[in-house]
Parts: sequence; structure tokens; C-alpha cells
Amino acid sequence: MYLLILFLPLLGSLISGFGGRWLGCRGTNTFSTLCVVVSSLFSLLAFFEIGLTNTTCTIFLVSWIKSGAFYVSWGFLFDSLTVTMLVVITLVSSLVHIYSIKYMENDPHQPRFMSYLEIFTFFMLILVTADNLIQMFLGWEGVGLASYLLINFWYTRLAANQSAIKALIVNRVGDFGLSLGIFLIFWVFNSVDYSVIFSLVPLFDNQFLTFLGFKLHVLTLISLFLFIGAIGKSAQLGLHTWLPDAMEGPTPVSALIHAATMVTAGVFLMIRFSPLLEFSPTILFILITFGSLTAFFAAVTGVFQHDLKRVIAYSTCSQLGYMIFSCGMSCYDVSLFHLANHAFFKALLFLSAGSVIHAVSNEQDMRRMGSLLKFMPLTYSVMLIGTLALIGFPFLTGFYSKDFILELTQISSYSNLQMSYISFACWLGTMSVFFTSFYSFRLIYLTFLNNTNLAKSSLNLVHESSLLMIFPLIILSIGSIFAGYLIRDLFVGSGSDFWGAAIFILPKHSTFIEAEELPIVVKWLPFILSLLGIFFASFVQIFLKTFYFKSNLQNLLSFFTFLINKKWYWDVLYNRLIVLPILNFGYSISFKILDRGFIELSGPYGFTKFVSFWSQILIKLQTGQITHYLFFMIFTFCSFSIILVYSYINLTFNLLLLFFTLFFFI
Amino acid sequence: MFQQLNCTNISSLLFLVSLLGIFLNQKNILVMLMSLEMMFLSISFNLIFSSIRLDDIIGQIFSLLILTVAAAESSIGLAILVIYYRIRSTITVELMNLMKG
Repeated sequence: MYLLILFLPLLGSLISGFGGRWLGCRGTNTFSTLCVVVSSLFSLLAFFEIGLTNTTCTIFLVSWIKSGAFYVSWGFLFDSLTVTMLVVITLVSSLVHIYSIKYMENDPHQPRFMSYLEIFTFFMLILVTADNLIQMFLGWEGVGLASYLLINFWYTRLAANQSAIKALIVNRVGDFGLSLGIFLIFWVFNSVDYSVIFSLVPLFDNQFLTFLGFKLHVLTLISLFLFIGAIGKSAQLGLHTWLPDAMEGPTPVSALIHAATMVTAGVFLMIRFSPLLEFSPTILFILITFGSLTAFFAAVTGVFQHDLKRVIAYSTCSQLGYMIFSCGMSCYDVSLFHLANHAFFKALLFLSAGSVIHAVSNEQDMRRMGSLLKFMPLTYSVMLIGTLALIGFPFLTGFYSKDFILELTQISSYSNLQMSYISFACWLGTMSVFFTSFYSFRLIYLTFLNNTNLAKSSLNLVHESSLLMIFPLIILSIGSIFAGYLIRDLFVGSGSDFWGAAIFILPKHSTFIEAEELPIVVKWLPFILSLLGIFFASFVQIFLKTFYFKSNLQNLLSFFTFLINKKWYWDVLYNRLIVLPILNFGYSISFKILDRGFIELSGPYGFTKFVSFWSQILIKLQTGQITHYLFFMIFTFCSFSIILVYSYINLTFNLLLLFFTLFFFI
Repeated sequence: MFQQLNCTNISSLLFLVSLLGIFLNQKNILVMLMSLEMMFLSISFNLIFSSIRLDDIIGQIFSLLILTVAAAESSIGLAILVIYYRIRSTITVELMNLMKG
């Protein structure tokens, strides 16, 4: 059953990919959806068996690479962490499958689409179930590949090609860090198995590595490399630029990749490696810094984006920041809790955005929407549920995880815990709550409540989506309402032993109980801020309609609007400072000077030139005059005899002259 | 008795003069042939001197053979020269550059 969870999506992918021609659209849709749905049912069963009854299941399939101390097997590890991810992935994936049957019905390449979705799910499952780093890396790379295929699904579009390549390459930067981490782990631990690594970690706490005269803490270095991998995959600040561009793919793809699966891989890696990260305070600090900066940055950037999907993408980025800094606070279980909840409401948001886009004839710009409330009340309701869950409205899913994370950051107000660096996360996280609710409600207003800006021709075509698209929305909105409440006690309840050995927290880093003792004012703060965000968004939308568009009231404001709308010029800076110089280097130095220049000159081109040049000179020597020939002969004879004489004296001199003479003789 | 050094000097001087005569001469091919003959002469002179000096008959036999070879050679050379003169009606060495590379 456990292996079926994995291999059903693979089977579905292969059959719908290779047999799509014979099965047809309807056949592949039915088959692949069935595969994923059965897989998700099995993973629910696995969640019950492993999570609720508190066991761990390891499966050894077959050995893979065996070379000296390096031993990799196809092994699968199912513990509570894995099964939680399994449920999230397969559930969202099967809902996305059902959704895209209808969403993609007019697409001529639907079997291909289904096949890609399935292979994506399969690789993600490989990633979470692996019991060693190599197999995890297989899933990691496979997910990147599948994301390339999916973002590039409409391969005739230039923008889709560009953003798919960007996604793959930016991810590859992180993957490079991850592979360095894997090498280092093997070098230190002589093994790539999770069980071996995690049980050996405390022994290596005092291990140092001398590199270029610097003494580096080995565990810090390893976790730094792993975190670089997570930066790439989870779109943290620095390598986040691929995520908003990846919206070029079809909307169900965005829901799958950017809500539930791919971007969570980085967070999953951090949570999986909690036994290692715990021993390195430096890396925890880095996690907090990066995570909170990402959360704040993305939340602010989302405010002035005009693309419906891009707003949600930035929101994803922001929430990933929350998860990462929650890991940095050693609250891995809360991070995973937020991950699971976030999968529900973010998939809901994406899919309902897809529903909106589908209804308004593929218009994605929010400024050209409006007053869709009358036409699509159900989509409005589910989107509102998703939004409220996202901003952490009380008693919805987001409240239980997001507000809990923020509550944990407030711990920094206790000065005697020596955790003052958390205050960084506290301030930035709390501020981004305001921006989160602001852009979420801006989205709601612009799409559903404001006067319409749609063309009349497309307004006539606005319709509520069909049942197959509604059904996943309803399931997800039920999940967004209840999931947090239902699994709260299991995941983060005080004293819950659900996680078992899957997550390790050093006792001195554990601050759960202290968070319960916070003053009530501090606990109310995030909620008040998000309400403020809602009010501010409503105020701006109702009374200051020209706030976004005619913001040339003050130069400063328009400057900031422009800056934020252009995503703080990250892309421009990257292009100017990194991409363009590298391309220039590749063309003018590596290609022009080295490949076509130096190597050609010393290789074939230069050699032929050399030979023909000297042959021209030698031809000149053959004048046809007998006396010249005679002169050469006699000269050669004389110098040859001189050399013979000298060869008894000095050997090197001899050789030199021998060549000289032979040259003339020729 | 001949001085050993003196005789060697004469023969090698003769050889050198004929050598220079071959390739310093740009005009006349007859001079070239004559230098060639002189070269044979110097060599056979050297051989005869060595045979006397070493008290060995082989050197004189060699010089006799060289005389015949030189005679045959000069006759063939002159024949070639005559044929060449018939065709080109000139025997200037400078103008013999048909085999230019």
C-alpha cells in the first residue's frame, strides 16, 4: 500500500503520457485522476496508520549504488512527517487533477498535461518519502524538471519558455548548494542515510573544518548548504525571482506547484533536517533573518501587483517566509502545521483565481475586472474563505497556524530567554500581517466588489464554473475552514507526541509553553493589524479609488508604488549585475577569446596557418639556381660536421643545432 | 720528403677553392665543371699522399679509379652541356631556374 501511494502516480503518468493517443482526452483524464485519487485515499490510510497509531514504516526496495563506503538503496521512510506531506500532496494534487479536467478541456494537449501533473506528483512523493539524501535529491531534481515542463506547458508562448527556463536555472543555483551539502554530509558522516546522519549528529557538534585558514563548524556549514537549496526551492529572498514568473503556466499548475508541493520542498527539507539544524545557532539565526525578510518583502510587494495570480504568488512567497522563520525559531512542527494549512487555502485561492480567469475569458489583470460578485457568488464565497484563512481570521485554518507562529515570535519580549534575535522575525512578521490582509482584500475588492472594468463582450460571457471545477473548490474551502481546528491538537497541541522522532528540538530551544503565558495585548496584535489592513483596503477602495492609478499626488508615493510594482527592481538588478555580465563573459571571453581565440590559434587553425606560412618560406628557398642548392648542401654538411664534433662536448647544444641543420637541409 | 701538414694543406686548400668556385660562380657552367674536376684532383691528391704516407697501395688504386670515374663523369657532363646548349643556346648558370619551387 505504501509503495502504491508512490507508484500509482507514476503509472498514471506513464500511461497517460505514452498512451494518450489511444486513450484520448476522456480516457487519460479518468485514468490519471483515478490514480491520484486512489493514491490520496491510500495516503489518508497511511496517515491513520502511521500518524495516529504512532508507528514508523521503512521499506527497503533494492540497493542502488554500492561503491566502497558509499551505499545508496531505494528505501522509503514513512514517519509522521512524511505522511503529513503525503496527505497534503496527494490531496491537493487529486483536487487539481479533477479541477483541470474541466479547466483544460479545450486544450489540445490535455493528455500531456495530465501526464506532467502526475509525474510532478510522483517526484514530489519520492522527495518526501526518501530515506536517504540521494533519493531525496532525485525527487528534488525531478520536481524541478516537472515544474519546467508544466510552466512551459504552452510551449509556443515566449514568456512561458522564458519563465520556465528561469525557474529551472534559479532552482539549479539552489540545487548546487544542496549537492554541496550532500557531498559534505557524506564526507563528514560517511553515509547519506537519514537514520545514520541524524543519530550521529550530536557527536559532530564539536567538529571543525579548516578551510583557507578559517575554522568552520561542520554542522553549520552543512546546514548552510542545505539552506541554500531551500532558498532556491522555497523562493526565499535572493532566489525568489522565479516564483512570480512561474505564473505563466496554467492556473492548476500554479495551484499545484506554488501552493502545495514544489515550494514546500525547501521547508520540508529544513523540517526533515531539524536534528541537524538544532545544533547550529548560527543557521537558526540565518533562517530567521531570511524567512522574516522574505515574509515582509513579499507581503509588501504583493500590495502593488496588478496581476491576479502574481498577487497570490507573492502571498505564497510571504507565507513560505513565515514557515522558514518558524523553523529558525526551532518550531518545526508549527512550520509543518502552517505548511499543511497553507496548502489548503493557497490551493483554494489559486483555483478560485483560475475560476475567475476562466470566467472572464483569460483576463488576468485585476484592474480590468470588478463586480464579479453578482455573476459568480460561489467563487466569491470560496475566495473570501481562502482570503480570510490566509490573513488568519479567528477560527479559520490560518488562525491556528499563522497566528501561532506570530505568537511564538512574541517570545522575544521575554528578555531572560536569551532569544533576542527572534524580535527581528517578530517585527517583520507582524508588519507583514497588515500588508497580507491589505493585498488580499485589495484583490477581493478589485475582482469582485468594485465597479466593473470588463469589456461588455466578455462581461456577457461571465459564468459560474461547472461542477468539476466547483467540487475541488468546495472541498478545499471545507479544508480551509476546518483543517486547522481539526489537526491543531495533533500537530502542535502541547505535549502531543505525534511527531515522534521525526522532528527533533533541543530542549533549550523549546518555547511552546512560554508562548502560552504571553500578555493578552500582544496576542491580539496580529489580529488587530489584519483587521486594520482590511479596513484600510476598504477605505482605499471605497473612498480613494485613484490611490493606485493616480498616485502622482506626491512624488515619493509614486516612486514607492513604482518601486514595489517593479518588485523592488530585483529582476532588473539581477539582469544587469549578474545575468548580463555572465552572458557577456560567456560570449566575449569564454567563446570569443578562449574557444574561438586561443584554443583555435594553438590548435587546428593556428597549426595550419603555421605550416602554410613556413612552407611558403621554404618554397622561396628553392630558387632553381644550382649554386644556391650547392650552397645549402655545403652549408649543411659543414654545420653537420661541426655538430658531430660538438656532440662529444655538449649534448643539448648538439640537439638544438641538429634541428637547425635538418631544417635547412629540408 | 713531403711535409705531412703541407701536403694536407694543399689538398684541402685545393678542395676549398674548387668548392668556392662551384657556388660563387654565377655565370659559366664550364667553370663549374672545371671546379668539379679540381675537386676530384684534390681528393685523389690527398689519397695518393695518404697512401705514400701510410705505405699502402689502396689509396693509389682508389685514385686511379677516381681518375676513370672523373673522366667518365666529365664526358657525360660535357655531353649534357652540349645538349643543353643546343636547346637553350646559352650556358649561363643564372638562367637555369626552370625548376624553381
